Amino acid sequence: MDAITANLDFFWNGFLGSLTICLWGAVGSLILGTIIATCRVSPVAPLRSFGTAWVTVIRNCPFTVVLFMFAFGLPEIGVNADYYVFGLAALIIYTSAFVCEGLRSGINSVSAGQAEAARAIGLTFTQTLTQIVLPQAFRTSIPPVGSVIIAMFKNSAVVGAFGVGRDLYSVGESLTSAQGYAALPVLTGVAIGYLMITLPAGLGLGVLERKVAIAR
Amino acid sequence: MSNASVLYDAPGPRARRKAAIIGVIATLVVLMLLGLVVRRLADQGQFAGKLWGPVLDPSNENFPLVWNLLAKGVVATLTAAVLAIGFSLIIGSVVGVARMMLGHWARLPVVAGIELFRGLPVVITIYFASRVLPELGVDLSGMPGGSGLWFLVIGLTAYNCVIIAEIIRAGVVSLPSGQREAGLAIGLSPGASMRLILLPQAIRVMLPALISQIVVILKDTSLAAVLGLYTELLRQGNLIALNLDNPIQILSVVAVIFILINYSLSRLATWVDQRSVRKTPPKRVAPVPAEVG
Repeated sequence: MDAITANLDFFWNGFLGSLTICLWGAVGSLILGTIIATCRVSPVAPLRSFGTAWVTVIRNCPFTVVLFMFAFGLPEIGVNADYYVFGLAALIIYTSAFVCEGLRSGINSVSAGQAEAARAIGLTFTQTLTQIVLPQAFRTSIPPVGSVIIAMFKNSAVVGAFGVGRDLYSVGESLTSAQGYAALPVLTGVAIGYLMITLPAGLGLGVLERKVAIAR
Repeated sequence: MSNASVLYDAPGPRARRKAAIIGVIATLVVLMLLGLVVRRLADQGQFAGKLWGPVLDPSNENFPLVWNLLAKGVVATLTAAVLAIGFSLIIGSVVGVARMMLGHWARLPVVAGIELFRGLPVVITIYFASRVLPELGVDLSGMPGGSGLWFLVIGLTAYNCVIIAEIIRAGVVSLPSGQREAGLAIGLSPGASMRLILLPQAIRVMLPALISQIVVILKDTSLAAVLGLYTELLRQGNLIALNLDNPIQILSVVAVIFILINYSLSRLATWVDQRSVRKTPPKRVAPVPAEVG
């Protein structure tokens, strides 16, 4: 276990690097996913088609293909950036489709009777939306969107594997390949790093899920 | 508009007019954005026949070669996916049943294993397999398809078998407890009741979730391209693009192939879901781990 203790700083930096990617990815994909979800449930037909197309294409495309498109395709048309930026952008675009579906499942789970009851007691459209429909929809969306974000943290390892050099995966890569440490202890350390986030996050999400569950 | 009926009422004439106006504006904006992309592509000469010829024009000298290689890539991707799916289903069923049938203490290591592998990124399990197994003296180079394929399959299976175990468990839990009890009452052992009564129903209930997971496995085979392990579709495409210097064109074709395969599978999942008329309605279907690649 020398390999881990001697390089604890290195691992810690990688861990923070992974967290940073995840944080930016979460902010970006939540914003983009919300916009796409708004399109998908809007009363305007072209916007709905746009949302559906976005989700269908991206959900059925491997993340790696999206990543390669950004990293190898964009420079061809004169868009140049760091692999880190390309990786992050691909992660945000890819995750946004799943965030959108999580949010939409929340909205779909609210029964039409809720909105009808709200209209029946004379609430306006805005009141219906902000006080009746969306609060219930958000609560139901928390578990699916939460697991999407956890999955995104795991996908950040793919960005690292692509050669970004600032996350946990890259730590494992450089310690085993460049510095010649044995793979077993180093990669165990890397795995522990990911589990330190995903296990508590999964447990926390489970607790939250029971807490926000609405009996319908 | 049944999918959004909770958000707004059936539109009247004014709302319809407004929606139509916004619709036109939205279409224009989307078209404009698309136009910008197309223009950018055109400005950079990305529509040149030299770049698209090898994939679209049958008379191009490279056309047969490119499609031959892509077909090889598809076969390689499907080989890896079928192997990983097969192993994941078999091992996953065993693990899932073990989690449900073992005693309290014997179950602990199974639960721990499931939680552990669920928390790891797939790319890490594949990388782990490809680096640690050779170090431990496991030599897979003699296996058909080469060691890369098997490292990929092992890594994919390690992650996906526990997901499938959880899907199967969720299916069994969703069945009414009377099913198991009736099995026991007619003299079946707990194992036989699981095998003959619970599992067949659980698999049917969970078929859509299982198909979604199969899509995830298929998508994840392309991680081999990032790790440079195995020449599946994406890596094959990448190698072609390096030679012909047309990454946008080749990657588009690769993406379309992936989307076609996965979209048909997703449609199959929806179709199965709508078609399955359950004779015994489940109490509740426990949430299945989100199918995020």
